[in-house]
Amino acid sequence: MTEIVNLSLGELLANLHAGDLSSREITQAYLDQIDRLNPALHAFLTLTPEAALSQADEADQRINTWRSDPGEDLPPLTGVPLAVKDVLCVKDIRCTCGSRILENFVPPFDATAVARLREAGVVILGKTNTDEFAMGSSTENSAYGPTHNPWNLDHVPGGSSGGSAAAVAASLAPVALGTDTGGSVRQPASFCGVTGIKPTYGRISRYGLVAYGSSFDVVGAFGRSAAELVPLFKIMAGPDPQDATTGDVPLPDFNLTLIDPGDSLTGLRIGVPDEYFIEGIQGEVEEGVRRAIEELETLGAQIKPVSLPYTEQALPVYYLIAPAEASANLARFDGIRYGPRVPADEMWDIFRHTRGDKFGSEVKRRIMLGTYALSAGYYDAYYGQAQKVRTLIKRDFERAFEGVDLIAAPVAPSTAFRIGEHGDDPLSMYLEDIFTLPANLAGVPGIAFPVGFDQKGLPIGMQLMGPHFQEEQLFLAAHAYQLITDWHTRRPDLNGAS
Amino acid sequence: MKLTLEEVEHIAELARLRLSEEEKERYGEQLSDILDYAARLQAVDTTGISPMSSVLPARGKLRPDEPRPGLSLKDALRNAPDIEQDQFRVPPVLE
Repeated sequence: MTEIVNLSLGELLANLHAGDLSSREITQAYLDQIDRLNPALHAFLTLTPEAALSQADEADQRINTWRSDPGEDLPPLTGVPLAVKDVLCVKDIRCTCGSRILENFVPPFDATAVARLREAGVVILGKTNTDEFAMGSSTENSAYGPTHNPWNLDHVPGGSSGGSAAAVAASLAPVALGTDTGGSVRQPASFCGVTGIKPTYGRISRYGLVAYGSSFDVVGAFGRSAAELVPLFKIMAGPDPQDATTGDVPLPDFNLTLIDPGDSLTGLRIGVPDEYFIEGIQGEVEEGVRRAIEELETLGAQIKPVSLPYTEQALPVYYLIAPAEASANLARFDGIRYGPRVPADEMWDIFRHTRGDKFGSEVKRRIMLGTYALSAGYYDAYYGQAQKVRTLIKRDFERAFEGVDLIAAPVAPSTAFRIGEHGDDPLSMYLEDIFTLPANLAGVPGIAFPVGFDQKGLPIGMQLMGPHFQEEQLFLAAHAYQLITDWHTRRPDLNGAS
Repeated sequence: MKLTLEEVEHIAELARLRLSEEEKERYGEQLSDILDYAARLQAVDTTGISPMSSVLPARGKLRPDEPRPGLSLKDALRNAPDIEQDQFRVPPVLE
């Protein structure tokens, strides 16, 4: 039999339901794999093996009851291990957000996304590494040290959800949660050769997600294939009274297993925007993505050129609005209600000293940038103008989606870069996000998945973007592609890493 | 455009961040670079374009105004660095 940690989510569930594997055996196999590889990868910041095994035992009891009486209800993910990015609150497990300012914060509640998955039966393995408060594109901004890319330990896993992406790539977890504010699910999925879904803004509740850029933040997920992400997405999606941006949008009840691999994409119109194939993009990335688009065509998709003329404005727009929102959101970290306090005789000094000492370099930079963009005299020129151009970027997508169902593009201009490559040059790091930011600015969903490898053996990713609330089409197209290719089944060789 | 030391200090004070002299200098340069880059937005014609307020259609839906349980006092205080008599403790604010 295939090693437990290499079984797909569907195979895990089939084995659990047949009684061939227990959740305890599966959970223990993942904990062993984490013991062996996490020291080299640093994908997890916090592990909760005892709680995980006790959740696994509870799952096994439910499965046994269900097996003796299949009339009983069995939640859909009972017994399946899950890793959670350390910006999502899990009750009674430390949530650091990759920051010293929350080094001892233990949430008294579950994020809605986590609570729904728990009700669905998952076993939580622990919390994964992230750029501090999800601000970064490499996971190097974590106050607890970087995560390493499982395909080459000298390279970054991408970010900010780099811990979750690396955990899935190295089989430290079958599935994992991330968040995507400016590309933080899609880009690490691309760098680590796994599949990642960034849902429509407002599709999944943000309650219990520690806020960074509230008009962009969305909870997403990683798996080895699109098919594995569907059950997680369906469980997490839907209105939540705790997040007013989640709406009563009906959730389509789709089932990927019904798809016929032959001409599964007949009638689907996929747009290819010139603005995403620009000078400076790594040749192998462009070739890999163009080859994947041809493969989608062989499945029946109709490929059409589209134009998103305001694409190049996405970077300056995002890096004004997101820091502005961050500067307001992070005002709550003041050394009074949670986190460590740097003592001072005067209360204002507690704020100044705690925030100055405990926030990391990139977080302070974005707070400063956002504070400036919102400050008197500069608001209209920076923040106001950025919000107007954001409207134009959203219109780009609306216009494009009048003629196509989905848009195909590279996820990032290159494969995973080396740890330390961008040094202390924030602008060059921000440029890594040029292809992922537009979807966040428009609030549209996207899915990233592997479409090849470069000569260094690093994964190449492609993203598909769709209109608001059309995640079903994204899953369908990615799944159809994965039925005729095997890039998503490749695993890194980590024998030397343990 | 280059931010002056005074401007950097003013922003840091608005954000309640104590910065070292080295940080002030570094942030001054880096923020100037980023703002120079962002200045390209000024060239975009936005005549008649409304600033975005939400990517989704505004719903303005309110939930019923009904009391519901919230965090317990114990849970609300459990992460605080300094508490006394079930309250957050801070230095005197008024002289």
